[in-house]
Amino acid sequence: MSRIEEYAPVVGAETLAELSLLADKLRGRSVQHINSTAVGGGVAEILVRMLPLLRDLGVTAWWDVIKGNERFFAITKKIHNALHGVAEPFGPEDLEYLIEVNRENAKDVLRDADILFIHDPQPIALIEEKPSRRSRWIWRCHIDFTAPRPEIWGFLKRFIDSYDAAVFSAPAFSRPLAIPQVLISPSIDPLSDKNKELPADVVDSVCARFGLDRDRPIIAQISRFDYLKDPLGVIAAYRMVKERMDCQLVLAGGGATDDPEGMKVLAEVREEAAHDADIFVLFLPPGSDLEINALQRASDVILQKSLREGFGLTVSEALWKAKPVIASAVGGIPLQIAHKHSGILTHSVAGTAYWIKQLLNEKDYAARLGANGRQHILNNFLITRHLRDYLLLFLSLYETKDVVFL
Amino acid sequence: MSDPFRFLTRFNLTVLLGRQAKNARELLEGIKEVPGSSIYYHTHRFIQQHHYLSPEPPNDFAFWATNALSRDALGEALASVDTVKFHKIESLRESFVTILESFLLDANGRGGDCQEGEEFHFMSCRTFILPTRHVAKDLREFRTILRNVGVSSLYYHIFEAGLRFDKAGNDFSHWFEAIGEKDLARAVSRLDPYTMTLEGLRTKIIHQVSRHVPD
Repeated sequence: MSRIEEYAPVVGAETLAELSLLADKLRGRSVQHINSTAVGGGVAEILVRMLPLLRDLGVTAWWDVIKGNERFFAITKKIHNALHGVAEPFGPEDLEYLIEVNRENAKDVLRDADILFIHDPQPIALIEEKPSRRSRWIWRCHIDFTAPRPEIWGFLKRFIDSYDAAVFSAPAFSRPLAIPQVLISPSIDPLSDKNKELPADVVDSVCARFGLDRDRPIIAQISRFDYLKDPLGVIAAYRMVKERMDCQLVLAGGGATDDPEGMKVLAEVREEAAHDADIFVLFLPPGSDLEINALQRASDVILQKSLREGFGLTVSEALWKAKPVIASAVGGIPLQIAHKHSGILTHSVAGTAYWIKQLLNEKDYAARLGANGRQHILNNFLITRHLRDYLLLFLSLYETKDVVFL
Repeated sequence: MSDPFRFLTRFNLTVLLGRQAKNARELLEGIKEVPGSSIYYHTHRFIQQHHYLSPEPPNDFAFWATNALSRDALGEALASVDTVKFHKIESLRESFVTILESFLLDANGRGGDCQEGEEFHFMSCRTFILPTRHVAKDLREFRTILRNVGVSSLYYHIFEAGLRFDKAGNDFSHWFEAIGEKDLARAVSRLDPYTMTLEGLRTKIIHQVSRHVPD
């Protein structure tokens, strides 16, 4: 059985048949993905899963990585921060160096592909090669683009406008551009360790290992230890709930030990939680996907109280497990939650506490939100939809009309 | 002998227009100026993405006016636009324009801004239509296929084929008519597909067909 066929029990045979119909229209075309890292990070995670499926569907797909030194990645990290609105000192020599590294890579990395799919700012200047090639070029931005610093936006825009299409993960990231812009949300893989169905005894044993009491409600936020995820706000909301009802709070997530800010946030969270035995602060090592899956399945309500968010795939993960989710209306979260239909959107600590109490008390309503949420993820945020969007995007490069009969 | 019914399906690629609105006036300006495919997108997005919900959320304009502008009356007026009765996107656009102009007149041209981060983002879609492998030569085959065909195909024949191509009615009813099943054609075209889930709609059409060809 090919890998794509393994998805039939989840999404249905008809969905796979539709993907084949689309892929047939791309037969003979080749696609090369280019980014700056082969391991780690969301982009690599998606490409690792996506490429075999594209190939199963008969699309020739490659993935290559540009090379860079420490100076190059220090510059691209600053660009990343500047796209998040952080003021970073840039010299013209920094940006020139980024272009120079791209030019050096162009000689080795670019294949003779019909479609060149460039991910994120690091390899963006490869587009300088466009005049000498027959390929169509796509630039995909995986980063929160809501409020980029003007200087860095100006630098990137001069490259973006040369592409044939740009792809963003949320509507708020869209900006006035001369080229077509497409919305393609990221996705979760329902067959991965983080999302696959788990036997009840696995969930029970994970909870037992962490000392959680399954007889009392569990509220959880499973997210990196990061100020932008507002873990202290989550504790504040939990305390407001705790005044009225007995419950436990799980704050679980990973983070790199060499990330000084992540460690600082973790320390602050631990200090805040120190005198409450019902708050479980779990710093999970890499490879804890099964634990994350089990904790999400054991929870009664899942929070994602982010102050800023790229897309917020943790919300998709929770909804996929049919959990009622309360989350902030930032980044891509409103795409995943229609307020009061497939989850709850809040704007404050008090609002979050209010809705936690509602959902813990009104279990039927909470279950309905969860069921709708799972259905919404099934229809819109699984890897098969992501594949379909990529196939449509590739086809769109060869068509000009709004309505295309294939 | 009439032609068999070939089931088509369709997929949308969502296009970002890079344009946003933070109040009712900007929403009105946008609705007036965006391409017809954007009006179509914002009045049908929920049906496509939330086709399991009943009652489903209304069109995007109404949802935003209620939830981001906290204008319940405006939201209700926008939600009650009866999309099913429009055969042309331009007439549909005009009905939203009329409601917003009337609201702004009453509000002296003001209406307040949404919170930062909750702006309305105008989007649109590119639609790809392609034939499936399913072809029905008679009502019995039609029913068997309809039981299994993807929801995108059902969606296409009921929603897209009519409104986007300026045709009155839906594809199924046209074919029923062509094969001499006038009562069935009328019964299916009377259904209001905007007030039920796609699966509910599928069941209702199958039920109607079964009244004409018993199992």
